[in-house]
Amino acid sequence: MTQQFYVSPEQLMKDRADFARKGIARGRSVVVISGADGIALVAENPSPSLHKIGEIYDKIAFAAVGKYNEFESLRQAGVRYADVRGYSYDREDVTARGLASVYAQSLGAVFTAEQKPFEVELAVVEVASRQDEDHLYRLTFDGSIADEKGFIVMGGQAEQVSAAVEAGWQRELDLAGAVRLAMRGLVTDKDASALPPSAVEVAVLHRESETALGTRRAFRRLGDAEIAELLAEGN
Amino acid sequence: MQETTANQVAANATSSFTEHLQRDRPGLLPFNNPLPTPQAGSTQPPQVPHATTIVALTYAGGVLMAGDRRATMGNIIASRHIEKVFPADQYSVLGIAGTAGIAIDITRLFQVELEHYEKIEGTLLSLDGKANRLGAMIRGNLPMALQGLAVIPLFAGFDTQAGVGRLFSYDVTGGRYEEQEHHTVGSGSMFARGALKKLWSPNISEDEAIRVAVESLYDAADDDSATGGPDPVRQLWPVVYTVNRAGARRVPEAVLAEAAQRVIESRASAHRES
Repeated sequence: MTQQFYVSPEQLMKDRADFARKGIARGRSVVVISGADGIALVAENPSPSLHKIGEIYDKIAFAAVGKYNEFESLRQAGVRYADVRGYSYDREDVTARGLASVYAQSLGAVFTAEQKPFEVELAVVEVASRQDEDHLYRLTFDGSIADEKGFIVMGGQAEQVSAAVEAGWQRELDLAGAVRLAMRGLVTDKDASALPPSAVEVAVLHRESETALGTRRAFRRLGDAEIAELLAEGN
Repeated sequence: MQETTANQVAANATSSFTEHLQRDRPGLLPFNNPLPTPQAGSTQPPQVPHATTIVALTYAGGVLMAGDRRATMGNIIASRHIEKVFPADQYSVLGIAGTAGIAIDITRLFQVELEHYEKIEGTLLSLDGKANRLGAMIRGNLPMALQGLAVIPLFAGFDTQAGVGRLFSYDVTGGRYEEQEHHTVGSGSMFARGALKKLWSPNISEDEAIRVAVESLYDAADDDSATGGPDPVRQLWPVVYTVNRAGARRVPEAVLAEAAQRVIESRASAHRES
């Protein structure tokens, strides 16, 4: 019969947390910035088809760092949750708060009950008609949830990137300014002076999507050409 | 063991919202509540609002769909304001005839189905794929249709691959038929179809297509009591959507008011009885 060694709960949780942190630290960073015209989501991601940023619902978007299969399954679960809720109640009854709390519960359950915790960190953001009412939630591998103001930085070199974004963040940033600030932040841990548009994935949540895009779905992905144009505006 | 896990994951990976509901929340589906079998002798379906005439026609660069604003319940007008043409997604629209309550829920389900696929897969469903999904939903409603609560949609969209507008009609069993040039469904459809045969011509412009659609609905309302004509007293005009390369667009009220006024004036000035 094999001997079961005693491991204290503190040690067990610490080991799991260290394991998850190591996995996340290997990944590239994601920056989410709230500005006057909406919310910009920028991820360092060389793949044009394997997304780290996704649309969840009319005004809600999702961004993640970590293991692709894990956050992709969470993203799909989020889309299902939001669509079922919007279909059975009404579209305006789908909120980022509700979704973030479901994510927090699932991440928490996986962290304590499964063989290994999810090596992911998520951002669930909702754009409102007024900037003060924007919601930016950040969720970590153990199910902790934080309500951030202004911006979120996640991933490998989060501290460095975060410092750069914090220095440049203002309430009045327009979408182009927010994307430029995010790009400036993402480049801080590199030798290069700027990232090419093909190395990043950019999406925006428009604050006034009904007038700007003609639809209540505020989420829009930007192509490489559009990103290049936005970056050129600043120079 | 590993194989079963893999199979399970694959089986659960669906991009269809309807499939997801069938598995997890079957009570939410509009067509999953079998009615009690009717008693012998009382084969009358319950009295519920019915939506009526929809017309759709192709024009140069796209396709157009229009519906009148009336719902009837037996000999009663149940609604003068009902809207029966809806955008399904960016590049397609659908119109509904038949039992209004179920039809509106099927429309909502279809809209979520298309958006759900788009969000999960990151790409739009092909136009044929959309038409097939709608057919499957109508087939799901077959038990209710056999008890008198049928829903018959008309589906139109812009095929971004082929660069043309296309039309699809359905029967109660979910059978899907691609239509050429123009098509109509609902109680006034035969009158509207007769009008379209004379008014429609290949490659008409969008403005011309709007006038043709409004006039064919006027003819349907003239002879079918369940179809509502343009109502200048309440300022009610048909609901018209156009779909072209730029996407689906609802035609503004002012344009429809003008088109309807023109039809009414031309008919009044002709001094004809029928």
